[in-house]
Amino acid sequence: MSRYILRRLIAMPFLVLGIVTIAFLITTVTKGDPLTAIVAEQQMSNPEVVAAAKARWGLDRPLPERYMIYLGNLMSGDLGTSFITKRNVGTDILYRLPATLELVFAAMIFGTTLGIVLGVLAAYFRNSLIDHGARLFALFGSSLPVFWSGLGLLFIFSVVLNWLPGPGRLDARLPLPPGVTGFLTIDSLLAGNLAVFKDALWHLLLPAFVLGWTVSGTISRLVRANMLDVMSREFVLTARAKGASEFRVVIVHALRNTMVPTLTVIGYSFAYLITGAVLTETIFSWPGMGSYAVEAARALDFPAIIGVTIVGGLAFLVTNLVTDILYVVANPRVRLS
Amino acid sequence: MSAQLSSARSGAIDKAGEPLLSIRGLRVGFRKAGSQFEAVRGIDLDVAKGEVVGIVGESGSGKSVGMLAALGLTSKNAVVTGSVRFKGDELVGKPAREMRRIRGARIAMIFQDPLSSLNPVMTVGAQIAEAVRLHQRLTHRQAMARAVELLALVAIPQPERRVSQYPHEFSGGMRQRAVIAMAVANDPDLLIADEPTTALDVTVQAQILAVLRSLQERLGLGLVLITHDLGVVAGHADRVAVVYSGRVVEQATVNQLFADPRHPYTRGLIASIPNLEESRERLFSIEGSPPALGRLPGGCAFHPRCIYAEARCREQDPPLLDVGGRFSACHFATSLPPFHSASLAPAVLETGSVAR
Repeated sequence: MSRYILRRLIAMPFLVLGIVTIAFLITTVTKGDPLTAIVAEQQMSNPEVVAAAKARWGLDRPLPERYMIYLGNLMSGDLGTSFITKRNVGTDILYRLPATLELVFAAMIFGTTLGIVLGVLAAYFRNSLIDHGARLFALFGSSLPVFWSGLGLLFIFSVVLNWLPGPGRLDARLPLPPGVTGFLTIDSLLAGNLAVFKDALWHLLLPAFVLGWTVSGTISRLVRANMLDVMSREFVLTARAKGASEFRVVIVHALRNTMVPTLTVIGYSFAYLITGAVLTETIFSWPGMGSYAVEAARALDFPAIIGVTIVGGLAFLVTNLVTDILYVVANPRVRLS
Repeated sequence: MSAQLSSARSGAIDKAGEPLLSIRGLRVGFRKAGSQFEAVRGIDLDVAKGEVVGIVGESGSGKSVGMLAALGLTSKNAVVTGSVRFKGDELVGKPAREMRRIRGARIAMIFQDPLSSLNPVMTVGAQIAEAVRLHQRLTHRQAMARAVELLALVAIPQPERRVSQYPHEFSGGMRQRAVIAMAVANDPDLLIADEPTTALDVTVQAQILAVLRSLQERLGLGLVLITHDLGVVAGHADRVAVVYSGRVVEQATVNQLFADPRHPYTRGLIASIPNLEESRERLFSIEGSPPALGRLPGGCAFHPRCIYAEARCREQDPPLLDVGGRFSACHFATSLPPFHSASLAPAVLETGSVAR
């Protein structure tokens, strides 16, 4: 088992290099001119200004040289300076990434729990009202656009019922807790500030649910299909013949056998949402990676685009590694190969 | 029917006093998409303490479903009627919670396919320990120690090492041994083995049957062997019930059954066993195929395939009757011609089912 993981770890640096290279090259194949993001429009006809800007950002150097400079800077942890914010891209990402991670973690908790519970219930009570209800819930989750469900729920719970706060991560009147993890819920608890914790949690609830809903649709359908398959296998009958309770048969014996495909989807969804939660982040004014990515792309902010792409790629690498490790825990047969 | 069968006990009683398991008029129906059919249309069976009873029938004859129903293991859409008494205790209609206390503790059941009857993501030891702990107050450690003992009991070498392995690390025969170990974990009174050797190699089949028999004798188990293999029954059972399309059509001791079968279906089954002493070019087989569930012919369900069938067979379904200390559900149970396995072939030849 440890050799298996070791092999994966050895491959990691090469994969990272691949991601960086591709991310860097992507910017060179776009038709857009990054100078439009740097130089004001009326100055574009001024060759001196343009030349100065090119020299300032290194855009006058040949591509291989730019690539080597970028790699060199990356080694020392420097992701370059954003054309737009004029801040270091690494600093920008370090501010944005925890916000997204907090949202995505919370969304995955919602989505996974809901998905597994609904999937198991739908399979166990096949063709019952519960099954049909779960199917409808999944269908809405996967097919309702987030800007529709998000705005709808925001309207109901925040505007009409006034149970939950509006967009944002925290009430503007509350002080930000000292940044340790960047997760407002955790940092506020670490600082012992329960008022901030409660507010951050309430702000987190709705966007996390909206995002988790989309994930739960996929997971519940997958769990249902796998449960139906597993429940018809003989070891389930054996477990019943032993005198095991239905709960034990379903959870201990059947559900564990559906975990490998489920883990795959959970891992994939998690990695995807790191940079793919744009709509949710936009609707809930969540200063995360998705909205940063969109701003960067729109402005042809190359350093930011490359930075976001690398983070997104790393997210996939890390979640894949974690998923692989969990496979081994979930399915002993993986250990052989 | 059950009235006549009250004397059926005699067969079981003379071995150990009172029957361990007594099934009377067991019927199992299924509702599916509006339609309804009966998979089991009346099983009567006694199993005495320490007795080995074979249940023989083709696949789909209802022999497995009947025993699953007796243990309350049929699916939710099954309707089970009749009576299943275990040590005098009625099991049909017993609440699920009470059934769970009996299953795996007093009555154990093992299934056909050892490849799929163990949970692939749990160690063999954990699965045996689970069976133990479901019915006995033991710590995890004690239960695992018991699992090692049980693996040794079914002659698995190096049980201390094997106990922490997963099913995929076991061979087919080993898995079936592990399944048997799990079944006898709580010293049950009765073990129901549903085609325990069908999925195994022939050499392994003999080993598994030997393990089952030695356990049965050592633990004084009542053993129900569900099989389609008359050879298994001939070698291991004390008594046999032959099942055809959901009903017991003949019940007798092994010797009675093979020497003088009193039902045409049984005769056909015995005649179709390959015989080394005679050289037939082609194996005998009963003409036709069993009726589909829900589309039973009127009268005796076997009559369309029966070489002795007459008009009344199409109209009246014969009850299972005592014919001299044994039972047959045939109108001509007492008037069938004498049976010689070899002589059946010419009789059947006339119907043209044996092609030369």
